[in-house]
Amino acid sequence: MSNMPLFEVFVRSKRGLDHTHCGSLHAENAEQALEYARDVYTRRSEGVSIWVVKASDVTASQESDRDSFYDPMDDKPYRHATHYVLPDEVNNM
Amino acid sequence: MPNSEANLEQLEVDFQARIDAEERIEPKDWMPEKYRKTVLRQMSQHAHSEVIGMQPEGNWITRAPSLHRKIVLLAKVQDEAGHGLYLYSAAETLGATREELVQLMHEGKAKYSSIFNYPTLTWADIGAIGWLVDGAAIVNQVALQRTSYGPYSRSMIRICKEESFHQRQGYEIMLKLANGSPEQKAMAQDALNRFWEPSLMMFGPTDADSPNSAQSMKWKIKRKSNDELRQAFVDQTIKQIEVLGLEMPSKDIKWNEERGHYDFGELNWDEFFAVIKGNGPCNRQRLAHHKKAHDEGAWVREAARAYEAKKKARAEKAA
Amino acid sequence: MTETNTPIVDYTIRLADDSLTLGHRLSEWCSNGPFLEEDIALINVSLDYVGRARMLYAYAAETENQGRSEDDICYLRDTREYRNLLINELPKGDFAFTIVRQFFVDTFNLLFYTELLNSKDSTLAAIAGKSIKETKYHLRRSKDWMVRLGDGTEESHNRCQAAIDELWDYVTEMFDMDELETGLAAQGVAVDRTALREQWQQIVKEVTDEATLTLPDHDIAIRGGRTGIHTEHLGYLLAELQYVQRAYPGNTW
Repeated sequence: MSNMPLFEVFVRSKRGLDHTHCGSLHAENAEQALEYARDVYTRRSEGVSIWVVKASDVTASQESDRDSFYDPMDDKPYRHATHYVLPDEVNNM
Repeated sequence: MPNSEANLEQLEVDFQARIDAEERIEPKDWMPEKYRKTVLRQMSQHAHSEVIGMQPEGNWITRAPSLHRKIVLLAKVQDEAGHGLYLYSAAETLGATREELVQLMHEGKAKYSSIFNYPTLTWADIGAIGWLVDGAAIVNQVALQRTSYGPYSRSMIRICKEESFHQRQGYEIMLKLANGSPEQKAMAQDALNRFWEPSLMMFGPTDADSPNSAQSMKWKIKRKSNDELRQAFVDQTIKQIEVLGLEMPSKDIKWNEERGHYDFGELNWDEFFAVIKGNGPCNRQRLAHHKKAHDEGAWVREAARAYEAKKKARAEKAA
Repeated sequence: MTETNTPIVDYTIRLADDSLTLGHRLSEWCSNGPFLEEDIALINVSLDYVGRARMLYAYAAETENQGRSEDDICYLRDTREYRNLLINELPKGDFAFTIVRQFFVDTFNLLFYTELLNSKDSTLAAIAGKSIKETKYHLRRSKDWMVRLGDGTEESHNRCQAAIDELWDYVTEMFDMDELETGLAAQGVAVDRTALREQWQQIVKEVTDEATLTLPDHDIAIRGGRTGIHTEHLGYLLAELQYVQRAYPGNTW
């Protein structure tokens, strides 16, 4: 229903896990979106908690920003555990 | 940066490289216009198929022969609605609205799978659809889980997970009939005979007659050719027919030692193209049904919108 | 068509028939909803009702212990033997009719099953427990839609008001008690329906007020379902529902 706003749906599949994006739907408002999300995205008890967010309220990074956003992160190997070589006896650190 | 020709060429090279590296294309990525159009067309056709596909099976919800069958069929047809919704959502990531896509279908400019233009005449047809039509759809959709467009691929993964019960419930209906009374067995055989060819045609024309396929394969929108998928489906289904103890739906079905596959003869493609063009037994009925529901829902959608607007206005006034 | 079963079996079949006929009507919305999200939601409600009917028929079949299955009870009785309240069998109508009927019945069911939870019959009490959870969600939906449609556009308001006026005459039957139910209520098994009317009226009034809709002030009552005197609509519902079983008797599906 294009006349109704689009909502993005996030479902927590079980306690202890993050909410994960699983799709979208149309509804008049957030409350209705939540109900439809229950009917559409958790028909097989896939969830214990649902978030809905109006799609127009999502600010997304742009593909054109990719070089400046993500490439600079690629040359910082010191943030990763594997960067540090330790003797075998203590390597499960 | 202006899209000079050289720049465009580079973008296309990068795009193809990304596809070749099995990376997914996401909504905000640059993509060739033709890729966008092809993916959008395929997703919208797929969505329409799910939604129109509710009708032939929905035709038996009120007549299902037991409470168990009624509940299962309801849940299954509801899944089709859900799958249509997932696919419309995926299509909307490319900037089309559901309303526009539905409009195109109503105008006859967007297609849906030709299989749904065949009538469901007996209860056995519900078994045959679950077993053969969903079976064929699953073969196709399993391949599409790796399609290059991210949102499409993700909806396929979700859909495949949910559809596993669809084929099984259909086959279970057929098993019951094939092992039932002579009347029931005849009903099952008749359904198999009628749905066999149309199911094979769900994979689309032969590769030789499928002009857009090569580009779609290169872009990995399609992962396997029509003929490959069709053959895989035939090979897996013959054994299932044997287990049912039904006769083969075509005299041409036989094992081909040399190819290592079953032969299944020539399909009646004239009929296929006639149905695609809109002249199958149920084309007019299906579209009219969908339009009617859509038109009759207009006042409901308007009311919901009007109420929401009033609510907002009241809240603003109060603030 | 005198009732030959034990009272508790008859009572269970009544409740089952109520759930089945309404669930069947709701299932007719499949592929006919005003938009896809709502189509899916309506089918969910239908599934709850048909599922409840199935549990109740199964319990009746088990309790009467006469070799009938849940399907035999559902598929092999004719109109005069059906015991559902008339409100549940009326054709699905437009979306407003469906919503108003759901709202009336959902509100009733919430009160009814909350009471049935205390039934001395532990199976009925267990079914009530499950039904309350489902009904809370159904009512949340039908209440929201009542307000949305009542206070939406002129057309939706008028359609909703027309549905209220039409359905109102079938409301009273929901609160009727007869010998069977009075007897079972005295034993702590059945619910005293008459006691629910006031609260029902109050909830319905609150919501219709908010929805700018009006409740009729007459109390015409059309009744008959519990004695098998139905509207003519039920015959067609059953003809469809039972077609396969009747056309091919004695087969399993």
